[in-house]
Amino acid sequence: MPLTYTTSQQTFRQEARAWLAAHMPPAPLPHFDATRDGFEAHRAWERTLHAGGWSVVSWPKEYGGRGLDLIEWLIFEEEYYRAGAPGRVNQNGICLLAPTMMEYGTAEQKARFLPPMASGEEIWAQAWSEPQAGSDLAHIRATVTQEGDELVLNGHKIWSSRAVFADWAFGLFRTPGSERHRGMSLVFFPLNAPGVTVNAIRKMDGHVGFAELFLENVRVPVFNRLGEDGQGWHICMATAGFERGLLLRSPARYQQAAARLVALYHAQGAAADPVLGQEVARAWMNAEAYMLAIYAMCSRLLAGGKIGPEASTNKIFWSELDIHLHRTALALLGPRAELLPDAPEAAHDHDWLDGYVFSLAGPIYAGSNEIQRNIIAERMLGLPR
Amino acid sequence: MDFRFTEDQLMMAETARKLLADTATSAQLRTMLANGMARDDARWTKIVETGLTLTMLPEDAGGLGLTEADFVLIAEAAGYAALPEPLVESAGIAAPLLAAIAPAHEVLGDPAATIAIGHAINPYVADADTAAALLLHHDGATYLRRPDEVRLIREESLDPFRRLFKVEWEPSGEPLSAAPDLWSDALDRGALFMAAQCAGLAQRAIDIAVDYAKTREQFGKPIGAYQAVKHLLATAQVQVEFAKPVVHAAAIGLAQRDVFSRARISHAKIVAAEAADLATRTALQVHGAMGYSWEVDVHFLLKRALALNTAWGGPGFHRERVLARLRAAPAGPEYGFAHAGMEA
Repeated sequence: MPLTYTTSQQTFRQEARAWLAAHMPPAPLPHFDATRDGFEAHRAWERTLHAGGWSVVSWPKEYGGRGLDLIEWLIFEEEYYRAGAPGRVNQNGICLLAPTMMEYGTAEQKARFLPPMASGEEIWAQAWSEPQAGSDLAHIRATVTQEGDELVLNGHKIWSSRAVFADWAFGLFRTPGSERHRGMSLVFFPLNAPGVTVNAIRKMDGHVGFAELFLENVRVPVFNRLGEDGQGWHICMATAGFERGLLLRSPARYQQAAARLVALYHAQGAAADPVLGQEVARAWMNAEAYMLAIYAMCSRLLAGGKIGPEASTNKIFWSELDIHLHRTALALLGPRAELLPDAPEAAHDHDWLDGYVFSLAGPIYAGSNEIQRNIIAERMLGLPR
Repeated sequence: MDFRFTEDQLMMAETARKLLADTATSAQLRTMLANGMARDDARWTKIVETGLTLTMLPEDAGGLGLTEADFVLIAEAAGYAALPEPLVESAGIAAPLLAAIAPAHEVLGDPAATIAIGHAINPYVADADTAAALLLHHDGATYLRRPDEVRLIREESLDPFRRLFKVEWEPSGEPLSAAPDLWSDALDRGALFMAAQCAGLAQRAIDIAVDYAKTREQFGKPIGAYQAVKHLLATAQVQVEFAKPVVHAAAIGLAQRDVFSRARISHAKIVAAEAADLATRTALQVHGAMGYSWEVDVHFLLKRALALNTAWGGPGFHRERVLARLRAAPAGPEYGFAHAGMEA
């Protein structure tokens, strides 16, 4: 019941704050999707985080974590965003694959894959979508066949985030001839394996943030399959729950952006448009509401609850609040909003444009918001399919 | 840090929900209207017997000595049921005000008696005629009057169960109290519990629309199978999901009485009223012409949502309190529970 932090939670916050203050990169890192240098700079940051024991705070200690609970994870995230620390280049692995691997992986798989994920030594991309299978993920065609101790992968994946520079990918494949949700498996493969072709795709922002992958008789050990043959759909839906629900977008991200927005508004003083002041207040309230909902959800999970279809409401809410927040910032910047950060007249601390363009992807990735509304309607409200 | 209600709180809320669902049925509400009844005595007796009117009274006034965090789910249940009787205004807002001044006051001795409250933010006093006493405000001071000591002028509301009165009276004699803080506390409770009722009635509107969409068929299948209908309802549900935690956190934090807790209450009031507005209009749209008819309950909810939106401060008033918080103190991830004694 009490919405107060314990002494040990407060001590933990101070510890995280002090470590971040002492180890933050002196200048912002170049974007991890822009260049190999930017990517490697972020890998180095992952290594620094790991050396301090901060890269995967909620994981068990044996895999490089601190074994912290979800509330402590939220506190860490709050300090992380407060410090303005770099984006997490390995979030596909840490936030999406790892929770699934903790649940479905064998002890040997966890020992093999989790420690190098925690240290940034192996950075992960996801390979779910295909040209014909986006929202209708069960329509994938990429195949997996077992030959002795090996799996042979074939197919065409697309919109694979981080795949241009990453080391590994996890993806969905199906047994030839299987249909829909049956016969799928979740398989890991190195992106430099023979038979893998990675073609970069430029995003709206000009960065090569995703790729299409062609797999031609790519051979990996059976060890690289998570769960049983045919269990892939079930496992992927579990991953999707984490992605939509909780781990991918911690509230602190939006609270920090809202605080910057408030500062931007107040800096305009008497010249500020009061109508935009209302929107600033709205953006701040949205961030607070998301934070409160996630604290409530984490409290339920800590008490033994499970993530359910309500995760879909989270995804709609954070993606829409993110766009609104950035649109408000651009409105405050007025005619200078469109200037790129390096333009001579660009506003100081001008990453609002980047943030806005990124926010536009929110309603699309991790399951489009239309798909989320279907899930809410069918699984939360019980409407017929 | 554990943002959950206790077993006791959940049990009490469940008792209230069940009692109100059993007694405030559609047929019963219509009987009240047909007979011009101000309240349903059988239901009110059950509410009193269950102890709901005693929740927030201190123990030395014969109450349960519980807090806003205990009453907030009861207020939500009252909203869900579109309850006509003034349980929330009397037991949740007015009685704690009187108890803070005079815990031994005779009006508090009768758990069935209701108290009406005339706050400066509300031009009209709800359920003034059936109240045992009216708490009235003048220059920060609190006066108590019986209904027969003032002039009550009925102001009909669109909400047929809302009984509003203009109160004409003279602030003569000694006030009960001269402490103006009591009235800002009352405003916080008022706004909070209006928000809780809005959250409850928003969920009710969605629930009845979902039930209807499952059975009403067009083009050979239930209308709830169409994405156009699904998405309307899902969008309303999203608003409810992100209003309720704000309402609950506002209830838990209310006792803090600072710029943080007041902003959270105002946040709750704004978004819960918006959720109620969207959910009730969505329920109307899903029901189509049926929803526009007097025979279906949608309009009771829609009208209540409209009334509660401005009761205890409209969106403009509460947005200003949010803006005041943003001017007065920094924002950021470390300030989410700044009112909880955390050193930011």
